[in-house]
Amino acid sequence: MPAPARAPMRRRTFLGAAAAPVLAAAPVLAGCSGGSKASGPRRPLRFQSLAWQAESVRANKALVAEWNRQHPRSPVEYVQGAWPTVHDQLLTAFEGGEAPDIIHDASDDLADFAYGGYLADLTGLLPDRLAADIPRHSLRTGTFQGRLYGVPFLQEPRVLIANRKLLRAASRVRVPTPDRPWSWAEFRAAAKKLTRDGGRDGHQYGVAWPLKEPVSATLNLALSTGGRLFHRRADGRAEVRFEAADQVVPRTVHDQVHADGSAARATLGMGGSDTLPGFFAGRYAMVPLGFSYRQQIVQQAPKGFEWTVLPAPMGSAHAQGVSPQTLSIAADCPRKEEAMAFLAFLLRPENMARLALGDWMLPTGTEALRDPRLRVVKYGWATGTALAGTLRAAPAQSVRGYPEWKDKIATPGLQEYYSGAIGPTELRNRLVEDGNLVLARYQR
Amino acid sequence: MTAGADRPAATRHVPAAGGRRRAPGRRKRTAARAAQYLALLCYLLFLLLPFLWLVSTAFKPPRELGSIDPTWVPHDPTLANFRAAFDEQPLLRSAANSLLAAAGAALLAVVVATPMAYVLARFRTRLARAATGWVVVSQAFPLVLVIIPLFLLLKALHLVDSLGGLTLVYVVWSLPFALWMLTGYVRAVPAELEEAAAVDGAGRVRTLVSVTAPLLAPGIVATGLFAFITAWNEFFFALVLLKSPENQTMPVVLTHFLGAEGAADLGPLAAAALLATVPSLLLFAVIQRRITGGMLAGAVKS
Repeated sequence: MPAPARAPMRRRTFLGAAAAPVLAAAPVLAGCSGGSKASGPRRPLRFQSLAWQAESVRANKALVAEWNRQHPRSPVEYVQGAWPTVHDQLLTAFEGGEAPDIIHDASDDLADFAYGGYLADLTGLLPDRLAADIPRHSLRTGTFQGRLYGVPFLQEPRVLIANRKLLRAASRVRVPTPDRPWSWAEFRAAAKKLTRDGGRDGHQYGVAWPLKEPVSATLNLALSTGGRLFHRRADGRAEVRFEAADQVVPRTVHDQVHADGSAARATLGMGGSDTLPGFFAGRYAMVPLGFSYRQQIVQQAPKGFEWTVLPAPMGSAHAQGVSPQTLSIAADCPRKEEAMAFLAFLLRPENMARLALGDWMLPTGTEALRDPRLRVVKYGWATGTALAGTLRAAPAQSVRGYPEWKDKIATPGLQEYYSGAIGPTELRNRLVEDGNLVLARYQR
Repeated sequence: MTAGADRPAATRHVPAAGGRRRAPGRRKRTAARAAQYLALLCYLLFLLLPFLWLVSTAFKPPRELGSIDPTWVPHDPTLANFRAAFDEQPLLRSAANSLLAAAGAALLAVVVATPMAYVLARFRTRLARAATGWVVVSQAFPLVLVIIPLFLLLKALHLVDSLGGLTLVYVVWSLPFALWMLTGYVRAVPAELEEAAAVDGAGRVRTLVSVTAPLLAPGIVATGLFAFITAWNEFFFALVLLKSPENQTMPVVLTHFLGAEGAADLGPLAAAALLATVPSLLLFAVIQRRITGGMLAGAVKS
């Protein structure tokens, strides 16, 4: 189409018309900063919490309100974050200098932030009471290169949630206790005994492994047999090895699915919640889950359904890896002592117990662990509390490059191994050969 | 103008004998049409099923959510999930924030894109071609590449943690596609109509207001709707750019029902997600007829 005769002038007119709304809108948009309050000299410290279960959110908000009542000159603002997005959100906020002052996260997510200088070193700020209350092995989970960047406060062991009726019906199956847990061989034998062909009622599996995210489950349980996978060389650099002690757990799971037929193959790609309907229906006698899943079981189990909490199998090391929830202070926080005072308030024994009950987890503090509400038999609290002493920092979490190793190498590798697509040699090659190439990039 | 208008009369008249001979062909066409409808039905079901599942889940009590034999219709329907969703999270406030950002983005995107689209469609200069090319190229940048520079830019403008800033980002984000859509709509309006109006003595503004704008209206509405829905559903910018709880939008608040390692407060999450889809559905229901009606009207104009 030929352009109209007076096009040049019109073009300017139209370009001007196109630009005008943007220019006109700019001051309006700038003035529309609904949330940005006038930053006075005592702006509230922002506490970003990842609490998500109703009880837990209520407990956190109540504690913030309590603090604000007691300390009107040092107010804290509760900001809701979310587990699935916390890493990306914090990364951008740190880069932009807009991070929350007090940060709730997990110890296995802290390494990059700690090494990147985004978090304050809490070593000198931590009150003596807290330093004495939280066991050294727990504090180690938030420690990187000798400095404390996150105070661990809630943790959950992986446990076996078992169908009590099926367990009772199985002959000659010893019920494990925290003092005398199953060995991995006993567990394998018990799962076999709990497996039966139910005819019309369907197959009953001894165990259902929900391994949609297989890495942390595998690594944390492998610690029970002395498996570390990540080792420090003499020069301080980390390297991956896949030795005999590392292989016990993955091999047991693999053999339960492919050799014994005692573990359901279909659940390998599931998350923990997805296995619950089958568990309630009696398809699976046991499901290895995080301790906090008990809340969902209480909510969703059919009336009359009997279940119990058993300790996870243990090897010679009698330990389990764990990545506790942590509280950190941003390096940019202008009032770190004040932030630490709030943190210390939040982690008073009675408050730590409240938070633990809200999240259905265990507190790291020894005082809080003595809370009678955490020692009742009901819902397996006593079993979990008895396991608290076996929980150790997962060796992987302090390693730079672990998240990339986990996402690009270990997750697909373990998924393929568990599904039977690759064998142990190929798994080893991937975890070690490919894995060390990834780590090398972070340790130049 | 319709394509059939120029066809010779002979091709439109089919003799009876020939019709009998072509009966198998007609049967084939009927079968093909039936297959098309079947495929369409399957596609509609594919689109509808997740939504129906969402509705079903939103009304199920926790024990039914944990059943191994899930049903489409809840045995014991409950509003408890909705009550819990409203109790646990500020849904109304976040919906209002989303509405403000999405409506503002839609309005601004249309206001900015319409004159630009007109220029690009009517004045085919090198600059216009280059601008069109750049618009296409801008779509190739992944979100993660722009988020940190964008964050710093907005911070310098004091627009971080501001619904105004977020709206501006949504306008920029939806502008390329809006521009591309609207350019197509402008090109579909015959230039001869504007020339005829000019011959009749109408000035440029009069021509635009009285001739072009009414024909573009369906396109403008469709583009605005696109910009609205894009902004309404957008998550990552809102997550990163807003920090105050009172500014958070609906998609960000929905993630607060999720825990670590895939755990979820499923009932309240489904209830809140259902509520979040309602504005888009309502908007489509109200505007759909107008869009298709307008598009068809434009298509047969001669």
